[in-house]
Amino acid sequence: MKRSPKLNRIFLLKLEIPSLPTLLGVIRGALEPLVDMLEFSPEQCREVIRAVDEAVSNIMRHSYLGRSNQPIAVFCNRLQRQANGESEQGIEILLFDRGPAVDTTRLQPRPLHEIRAGGLGLHIIRGSMDSVDYKRAGRLNRLRLVKYVRHSKIRTGL
Amino acid sequence: MMISVRRVDKAAILDVSGSVDWANSVEVRKVLLDEIRDKSVDRVVLNLVQVKYIDTATVASLIEGLKASRDKGSRLVLFGLSEFVRESLKITQVLNLFVVCDNEEQAMII
Repeated sequence: MKRSPKLNRIFLLKLEIPSLPTLLGVIRGALEPLVDMLEFSPEQCREVIRAVDEAVSNIMRHSYLGRSNQPIAVFCNRLQRQANGESEQGIEILLFDRGPAVDTTRLQPRPLHEIRAGGLGLHIIRGSMDSVDYKRAGRLNRLRLVKYVRHSKIRTGL
Repeated sequence: MMISVRRVDKAAILDVSGSVDWANSVEVRKVLLDEIRDKSVDRVVLNLVQVKYIDTATVASLIEGLKASRDKGSRLVLFGLSEFVRESLKITQVLNLFVVCDNEEQAMII
C-alpha cells in the first residue's frame, strides 16, 4: 500500500466575518501578506487570493442568497510535507458557512467556450489551487483549498 | 471603487479605480451598459490603469458589455490592464475577445 507523505499543519490565521460583500477586500488584504510570507511567487499569490475571493463570493451569493448578516469563517494553515525527498510548503484555507448543504452535482464550472456571463468562479477556483474539496460537516459547509509553493526554498522559522 | 465618465467626441471613457468585486461590480455593469446603449456614443473605452483587482462577476459584466457593443455595432476597448486584471481575463479565456490597448491614446484610435 502506498503511504501518503507526512503532512505538518501550522495554524496561521482565523478570520470571522459576516457575509457582507464590502468585507471581501478585508479578506484579500489579510491574505496578501500571508501568502507572500510563505514564498509563493507573485503569480501564485494572485491565484490564491483570486480563488479565496471567488469562494467567499460564492458563499455570499449562493449559500446565503445575498443575506449580509450570516457567519463566514476563514482558517489559514501552513502546510509542510515531504515529497520525493524534498520539503514542500503550502497553504491550506478552510472556509466555513452555515448555509444549506451544497448540491455537489451543481459544483461544475461551465464550459469556457460559451461566451456568456456566470459560472466562471468555479473555473477560477479549480484552476488556481492544487486541490479543492467540499464537505458537509454537521450544519456547516466546509470548503478546503490547498496550494503548494513551486520551486521555492523553505524559510526557517515562521 | 470609483467610476466616472468622460466624453470625447463620440467616445465615452470610463475611468475606474480601486478593486471591483461582488460588492460593487453591479455599479460598473450599469455604467458600462448605459454608456454602450447611449445612441450618441460609438466607442466605449474602459480605463483600468487604477484597477487593482477584478472578480469573475466583473469579467461577466465585461462580457455583457462586449455583447451589447457588438449588437449595437459600436466598439468596446480596454486599456491599462494590471497583471491581476489581465490574468483574470486570461484564465477565464476571454482576454482575446477584447480589444486591449496600452494607453488611452491608442484606445481612442484603434
